[in-house]
Amino acid sequence: MTIKLGVPSKGRLMDKTFEWFAARGITLSRSASEREYAGAVDGIDNVELVLLSAGEIPRELAAGRIHLGVTGTDLVREKLGQWDQQVEELAELGFGHADLIIAVPAAWVDVDTLDDLDAAAAAFRKHHGFRLRIATKYHRLVRDFLRTAGVADYTLVDSQGATEGTVKFETAEAVADITSTGETLRANHLKLLQDGLILRSQATLYRSRAAEMSEVDRATLKQLCHMIGAD
Amino acid sequence: MPDMATKRTAVRTAIRDEATRLRALFEAAGAQVVDPPVLQPADTLLDLYGEDIRARAYVTSDAVRGEQMLRPDFTVPVVQMHMAHGAEPARYTYAGEVFRRQEDFPDRANEYFQTGYEVFDRTDPAAADAEVFALIRAALGDVALRAATGDIGILAAAVDGLDTTPVRKAALRRHIWRPRRFRALLDRYAGRAPVPETRMALLASSDPLADCAPFIGLRDRAEIASRIARLRDDAAAPPISENDVALLDAILNVRETLPFALEHLRDISVDLPAIASAVDRLEARTTALSARGIDIETLEFEASYGRTSMEYYDGFVFGFYAEGRSDLPPVATGGRYDALTRVLGQGAEIPAVGGVIRPGLLLELRAAS
Repeated sequence: MTIKLGVPSKGRLMDKTFEWFAARGITLSRSASEREYAGAVDGIDNVELVLLSAGEIPRELAAGRIHLGVTGTDLVREKLGQWDQQVEELAELGFGHADLIIAVPAAWVDVDTLDDLDAAAAAFRKHHGFRLRIATKYHRLVRDFLRTAGVADYTLVDSQGATEGTVKFETAEAVADITSTGETLRANHLKLLQDGLILRSQATLYRSRAAEMSEVDRATLKQLCHMIGAD
Repeated sequence: MPDMATKRTAVRTAIRDEATRLRALFEAAGAQVVDPPVLQPADTLLDLYGEDIRARAYVTSDAVRGEQMLRPDFTVPVVQMHMAHGAEPARYTYAGEVFRRQEDFPDRANEYFQTGYEVFDRTDPAAADAEVFALIRAALGDVALRAATGDIGILAAAVDGLDTTPVRKAALRRHIWRPRRFRALLDRYAGRAPVPETRMALLASSDPLADCAPFIGLRDRAEIASRIARLRDDAAAPPISENDVALLDAILNVRETLPFALEHLRDISVDLPAIASAVDRLEARTTALSARGIDIETLEFEASYGRTSMEYYDGFVFGFYAEGRSDLPPVATGGRYDALTRVLGQGAEIPAVGGVIRPGLLLELRAAS
């Protein structure tokens, strides 16, 4: 048996993950062919590298098809109900920082807090006959956040990309999206709400609570945790 | 040993039988049996409940009808049906499954039976309230249950009676069902919470819209200017008095048996006469409950009951809870929803009150006792 480690299959996230493990004595590498989503692990035995899309890693962890996985906090909390009963956070990796925030047009000089957003939403609904639309792909996180804050009279519209552009195209009045520097927001004439930070996300190593493990696997996991300082 | 599938089927059959038995009781009390479809158009429910309903109901769709919801309750379709072509007065009963997502409580059922009884009758609302409560109580039989009652109408009347601007009253009324935001608004209107710096700066500026960022999106300059004007009016309005806040708190804290609650609310209404007619209605209901054989001396009344989960209830509210089983949801709930008939009635309205029982829970409790 082996411990399966899921890592994002491309880009900066994969490179940074490889660097992070390398600094802890575990060398991860893609197989020679760039097209094949498999790789090699050196520095520890009985660990298998599985390259996956970062968005699929939460689901694979929840299903127990991989034992460990690297993905963003935002994806785990959005995709897994009661996430902390399905996975355990082993280590925050210190990169891939991004904040899930709520932003409104910068011209809304009367809206700076959730309190304002709620009042503006009530007036908007009265004036336009439909609820104020917030574009996002993080439906669950945004809904839970706004419910806790007691914001009403809004509706979420799905946006899987170019979310900041939805306000200009009048398919939404506000957005809830990931930002790391806020530059895209400014370029699109949007501003953050003061108390509109929903979640601080970063790349995180998770352990599946559902994956089956043999005695050997447990020993391997223990050794791996020791190497990465998560024991 | 019976296999799991056989056992499960037997349990479901028993629940279905119990649901039908309860419906027969309501039918015998004069209700007409109705059977609304499982799939409901999502837009009505979304418009009514807002985004929160997506967290509670299952949404599905097809390319022709668009988004559909698996019915999360029967009340909305029954009201729609009545408002479209119901004769007055009317009494309806139904039994069937409802579907609720339980992502925060995975141990709770996401599909369960409800049997309900709904009354549309404008002659005597107090008597109708008592009729629904007493019928549900009787249908629950002798399982040990604690009844909780409340009245959203008293809180709404108290808000209307505050000595403050109509805009503030409307904002507070809108959030009666969101206690946290209600409290935050009240604190702000009473001058208890600090004004955010951004708001101060906005109010201090003579022309806040001068050289601001470009206007993008549907919410236009006029809407922004109109809200700024409202914020200026609000800043100029005197704070809600400590005395009014204290009266509202006194109402929210009323939690005792019905006769004491009534007496307490009468005392408060001396200082807040706006709630007097709502308290009269509570008294009329108390008399009607007593006439129906309910022991009002031990019946609990809690003024803040029903504020968190039952947005369409706007008057009498009640629930029945299993003694010593705080892990279980209420076995039966109900209340008055006059405003819902107004929203769904397209101009028409009728006083309405109803309640539902969960036969599955009732059977479980009966088996345990």
